[in-house]
Amino acid sequence: MKKTQILIVGAGPAGLCAAIEAARAGAKAFIIDENSKPGGQLFKQIHKFFGSYEHRAGVRGYAIGTDLLRETEELGVEVILNAPVYGLFRHDGGMMVSYMKDGREKAILAEKIILATGAAENALAFPGGTLPGVMGAGCAQTMINVNRVLPGGKIIMIGSGNVGLIVAYQLLQAGAEVSALIEAAPFIGGYGVHASKIRRAGTPIFVSHTIERALGKTRVDAVEIVRLDESFQPVPGARRVIEADTVCLAVGLSPLTELAWMAGCDFTWIPQLGGHIPIHNENMETTIPGLYAAGDITGSEEASTAMEEGRLAGIAAAEALGLTAERAKDIKLEVWARMNALRTGPFGQKRFEAKAQLLESAKGAAR
Amino acid sequence: MRVVKHPILPDDAAPDCIIYHDGQPVPAKSGEPIAAALLAAGVRVFRETAKKRNPRGIYCGIGRCTDCVMVVDGEPNVRTCVTPVRQGMEVRTQKGLGEWKNS
Repeated sequence: MKKTQILIVGAGPAGLCAAIEAARAGAKAFIIDENSKPGGQLFKQIHKFFGSYEHRAGVRGYAIGTDLLRETEELGVEVILNAPVYGLFRHDGGMMVSYMKDGREKAILAEKIILATGAAENALAFPGGTLPGVMGAGCAQTMINVNRVLPGGKIIMIGSGNVGLIVAYQLLQAGAEVSALIEAAPFIGGYGVHASKIRRAGTPIFVSHTIERALGKTRVDAVEIVRLDESFQPVPGARRVIEADTVCLAVGLSPLTELAWMAGCDFTWIPQLGGHIPIHNENMETTIPGLYAAGDITGSEEASTAMEEGRLAGIAAAEALGLTAERAKDIKLEVWARMNALRTGPFGQKRFEAKAQLLESAKGAAR
Repeated sequence: MRVVKHPILPDDAAPDCIIYHDGQPVPAKSGEPIAAALLAAGVRVFRETAKKRNPRGIYCGIGRCTDCVMVVDGEPNVRTCVTPVRQGMEVRTQKGLGEWKNS
């Protein structure tokens, strides 16, 4: 059986950064990912990142992804691809992860494990919601930016958070027509700078509106939307039908926590972070000693915070192995300072508070 | 439809192989998921449900929802959003749960 010091599940921004910090500290690190390519969702993010210089602001997501891959390679981190992890067990004083590779069951033993499994898009139920043409906004984003294929010609985007706004704009850049963006709340959820770009391009944003149904026999032909009152109830007579062949859903993300549940981690419920979140401390360590979590699994945020959480988990896991004790403290302080800077402002403040609540619950959790 | 003339991304490689969708040739790019090649060719219905024969197409794009499964080279329930194309691949619309070749 393969053995390693630190095993990271998920080769997205959090997992890659965790591996980089762990390897820099001198630990033997493995990354395992179910996809055929590493990088997670970074390679479909063609927009420039926000933040400041140290958050790689102004750099496009795929360029950051390329840099992270080069760094992991230079540090000699082994990445196992096409390998879905399906089990996580305590074994022989350490932990064992079981996974599928080339149709065979395999296992790897690790002293420390970092879960960086990410999140999946939420669904939205409405009549016609299973028709071909209804898909996740992230699915459409992969199609246009990675595979360079348009999912449709006339698109309705549901949800005005940053995913909805950014993907709507990127669909326009890819040559699609985005007929409308629909938001149930009475205000736009994401950054004004993204919303303005869409409005300038001529796409109307309907706040206080929801999708009533998708119309069509074998595929989406049109969408019926309806205005909502202050208590989110449909206003009679305030319906309209918009021609469309594609409906993209950008209605939030839910952390992919299966392995954390399987391992027996204690969870807490924080709706702002996407639901059930494995409780972790300031080292990103869960309530299972030696099991860490980083990135969207600990609450959906952005790639910038995922990368910082990954670094934190990577250095903390290395420190727990007895490596770089004096350096670890400084690095962790630096990461926390950068991460807190990302969690400021009208949007970041809510995430800051939700994260503070999560850290607080770690203090009460049984170890 | 393929994305052409993108304002940020460089020009993409042209299709370099052929797959067959219900017997019809479809151009594809090596390494891309089957679903991408089919969407580019305008295919929307990937399968029909077992009970009501309702159409389904690509939905999550990350291999979790299984709405995009098709019969690929005789094997049913292949997730086309995460399975790369191969020259000459036979992709068929899946009816219901599909049938295994040797069952």
